[in-house]
Amino acid sequence: MVELFIARYVYLMIVVLLIIGLYGMLGKRNLLKKLIGMNIFQTAIFLFFIEGATKAGGSVPVIDQQLGMAAAQYVNPLPHVLILTGIVVGLALTGVALAFILVIYRAYNTLDDKAIMKEMSK
Amino acid sequence: MKWFSALVMVLLLALMLYATSDLPDHADPQAPANTYVSPTYIENSVKDTHTPNVVTAILADYRGYDTLGETVVIFAAGLACALVLMKKAGEKEDR
Amino acid sequence: MIRQRYQSIIIQSICSLLIPFIQLFAIYVILHGHYGPGGGFQGGVLLAVSVLLQRLYLGKEVAYQKFPPKLALALGAVGMLIFGLAGIVPMAFGGSFLDYAYLPLPGVSGAELRYLGILIVELGIGLAVFGTLVLIFDNFIGGRW
Repeated sequence: MVELFIARYVYLMIVVLLIIGLYGMLGKRNLLKKLIGMNIFQTAIFLFFIEGATKAGGSVPVIDQQLGMAAAQYVNPLPHVLILTGIVVGLALTGVALAFILVIYRAYNTLDDKAIMKEMSK
Repeated sequence: MKWFSALVMVLLLALMLYATSDLPDHADPQAPANTYVSPTYIENSVKDTHTPNVVTAILADYRGYDTLGETVVIFAAGLACALVLMKKAGEKEDR
Repeated sequence: MIRQRYQSIIIQSICSLLIPFIQLFAIYVILHGHYGPGGGFQGGVLLAVSVLLQRLYLGKEVAYQKFPPKLALALGAVGMLIFGLAGIVPMAFGGSFLDYAYLPLPGVSGAELRYLGILIVELGIGLAVFGTLVLIFDNFIGGRW
């Protein structure tokens, strides 16, 4: 049991972070809090990919002549690339979401989703 | 309603903790993600592109198509922000 | 809303001292992407941060004269154009899409040419990210530009 925990404890933290983000998206009623929850959710997925890239004894994926060319010497570079692009897309996504939230606030003077739905159905 | 969504989250937490038992261990060099395609990138990047940083070589060369689409996405996001928030000609300054 | 510049002399002098160094570091990060952590995305964000700091401490009127928002949009579009041309030009010279080994640069070939192709693409990404971030910020500030 303890060995399993030591081998998998990063997944435990990632799953907890994922659940916090999902609860922020589903359980909170303020649109800005929903956006913050979405960012936490994204961060959990980024951490999951980076955790999958680690190797025991691996160095940073920059080829060093002293370490040689063997693949076991370096951590997996592919998830790092995917997450590098993913972070920037998350930034652009946050910008667009904030723009829509600003427009919604100017139109309805509230950020509460139930109140907005009531205003819209009138 | 709040209790219902909290209950759903707890059930989902249990499901995901059960699912992690199939994932590879922490820092396992023999994990499937570390053995399939990434050794090729690490061993060939200096020979193919003279670039010691493997991340840059993959980002701009091996997977340049991916990066092109992603740059288009962020530029389109900037244009979408401009189109949503830009003032019309008759509208007054400061909201 | 940014209406006027801050009156504190400490903020003004620290910011005006800091901005050139941020820009220098941003250019270093873009150009050093081959040998260490860095590249177009990170360097573009740092360049955008330097312009946003100038926007924050100078106020809208002065900062828009120093760096007009339309220039940010144009630079972002130029970055996208550089990336697109780096993809299309090799097709005209017998390669496939984004195959930098067929770029028509004299004097270099093979792996060296792909090295230069990566540098060109990183510059394009940096300009596109820089323009996009400044564009998003200017639109949140509001006002007609």
